[in-house]
Amino acid sequence: MHVRDLVGEAVAGMLARPVRSALTTLGTVLGITTLVITLGVAATAGNQIVGRFDELVATAITVEVPESPNVPLVGWDSLDRVTRLRGVVSAAAVAETKDSSNLSVRSNDLVDPARVTTQSLTVLAATTGLPEAARGRIVEGRFYDAGHVKRADRVAVLGDQAAKMLGVTRLDRAPAIFIGKHAYTVIGILGDLRRERNLSTAVIVPPTVGKRFGLRDVTRVLVNTSLGAADLIAGQAPNALSPGNGDQLQVVAPPSPTRARDQAQDDVNALFLILGLVSLVVGAVGIANVTLVTVMERVAEIGLRRSLGAARRHIAAQFLLESTLIGLAGGVIGASVGVVAVVAVSAAKQWTPLLDVRLAIGAPIAGAVVGLLAGLYPALRAARMEPVDALR
Amino acid sequence: MSEPVTAPVTAPAGSAVPEPVIELTAVCRDYPAQPPVRALDDVSFRVARGDYLAIVGPSGSGKSTLLNVLGLLDRPSSGSYRLDGTETTTLRDGDRTKLRGDRIGFVFQSFHLLAHRSVVENVMLAEIYGGHPRKGRRERALGALERVGLGHRVNFPPDRLSGGERQRAAMARALMGEPSLLLCDEPTGNLDSRNTEAVLDLFDELRAQGLTIVVITHEREVSTRAGRRVRITDGALVEEA
Repeated sequence: MHVRDLVGEAVAGMLARPVRSALTTLGTVLGITTLVITLGVAATAGNQIVGRFDELVATAITVEVPESPNVPLVGWDSLDRVTRLRGVVSAAAVAETKDSSNLSVRSNDLVDPARVTTQSLTVLAATTGLPEAARGRIVEGRFYDAGHVKRADRVAVLGDQAAKMLGVTRLDRAPAIFIGKHAYTVIGILGDLRRERNLSTAVIVPPTVGKRFGLRDVTRVLVNTSLGAADLIAGQAPNALSPGNGDQLQVVAPPSPTRARDQAQDDVNALFLILGLVSLVVGAVGIANVTLVTVMERVAEIGLRRSLGAARRHIAAQFLLESTLIGLAGGVIGASVGVVAVVAVSAAKQWTPLLDVRLAIGAPIAGAVVGLLAGLYPALRAARMEPVDALR
Repeated sequence: MSEPVTAPVTAPAGSAVPEPVIELTAVCRDYPAQPPVRALDDVSFRVARGDYLAIVGPSGSGKSTLLNVLGLLDRPSSGSYRLDGTETTTLRDGDRTKLRGDRIGFVFQSFHLLAHRSVVENVMLAEIYGGHPRKGRRERALGALERVGLGHRVNFPPDRLSGGERQRAAMARALMGEPSLLLCDEPTGNLDSRNTEAVLDLFDELRAQGLTIVVITHEREVSTRAGRRVRITDGALVEEA
């Protein structure tokens, strides 16, 4: 028997009862659609999570500088060596000690019994690049510059929460705050922090001023890198900051993107996968059922084919191919519906749809395999039929 | 000028008589039951090439069993059945199927035409099993339909044909592949007298073309048109004059 004849007979058999064949594919369509949507949306969503990591976390490096009894491990001027590294977008050195994290700060000297005027706030010293390094924005006024630092001007920048707590709302009258006994002019308010959010309740002063509060040495360096440079910079930054003592610095680097992706893949909703597989099994049972009914209905046709010289294997092959084609059709329709759904979900969520080619190709094949397995028993029944009985 | 070879290649060398199409020798067929039912009892007969034979008998007489044995759809319990000189009782299932497809054309009482295919597609079905070439299949089917006088109905679905036309379409299918034997099971059982007449006329034509025809029937009109008549009663065969 020619293969094209076999395919022709199977297709003709399938198309002879188009409505029944269409309904038979439904189970497979549902199963494949569920699987494609589950896997497709999971992959797409996983990609989005990684994308957000890339933007925020994957480029942020923090170098923690341990306290050193003798010479400071990292000097204020060594920050230049980090900013010079290729791949570093911004960097700032920060000094913060336990003592400085709980200083009393007030906005004037008046004693007002009706309200709390003295706040306990963190005071820290930072280099001029802090707003960029903390990915914040100067909401009001300005940040201090190299001149302020050099002259050791008594200026301070408040975090936006700290400013609210101190009642500092406008800067046009050059308000002052008192840290301990000394007054400092507030020249700016820092807000919209996307990194180091605790800065919003802090008072930030130039390093040259910070010495008065015991903020002598750099305790932390914030580095932002360009995308993909984090791993490299994480290795280079300690040596640039403290040549010879780089191994004593602790680098907090973002997890590498591949690991982030793996974690996202783990979030695939197992429930939906199981649902899809169950639908596939139900679809297979449906195909098996209908094919069996079809075989019983076509007993006379089987007898006729046997009388025309069809061997048992020809009969089996025809029914097997028919159920495989029904499964394949279900797989193709299911994969198409699933892909469209993934694209639609992505469009609604403004994501970039991520479709694995293997999924798009594998889904119709899975449908065909379901049809093939479902057709095994009915095809065997058809082939076992004795031509005498079939023609009776 | 050499002597033209007329005998089939399967005939023994030097034989003057050509090999018969059917040669049954002492064929019995028992059905397992308590006690066993003997449907064919020591049946022996020959059908020569070009014979037109009618097998008659009441229902339950073993007609269908004989037809199944002749059509290689059933194996005799004992005895020998040679088709075109080939001993069939010792053949394996696959070879019997092949022989059936090659040598026997079946015509059934209920036509067995596939409802979803046109007449010509139904006829072409006869050639998809076995080693027939795909090329020219449609032309051969159209030729067979012309031969049964159905050339004007080739693209009709079977359910738009009259009963006689359907049976002629089924005969065209049986004629595809040039069978040695046309085996007909009550071919006029579902037809009125006018259509019966047309089918019987067609049998006469085919016989005149040299085809071997075996018809199983219980209709006197059909059996009287045949050249030979055998009667089967309780599994035993009697040749009638």
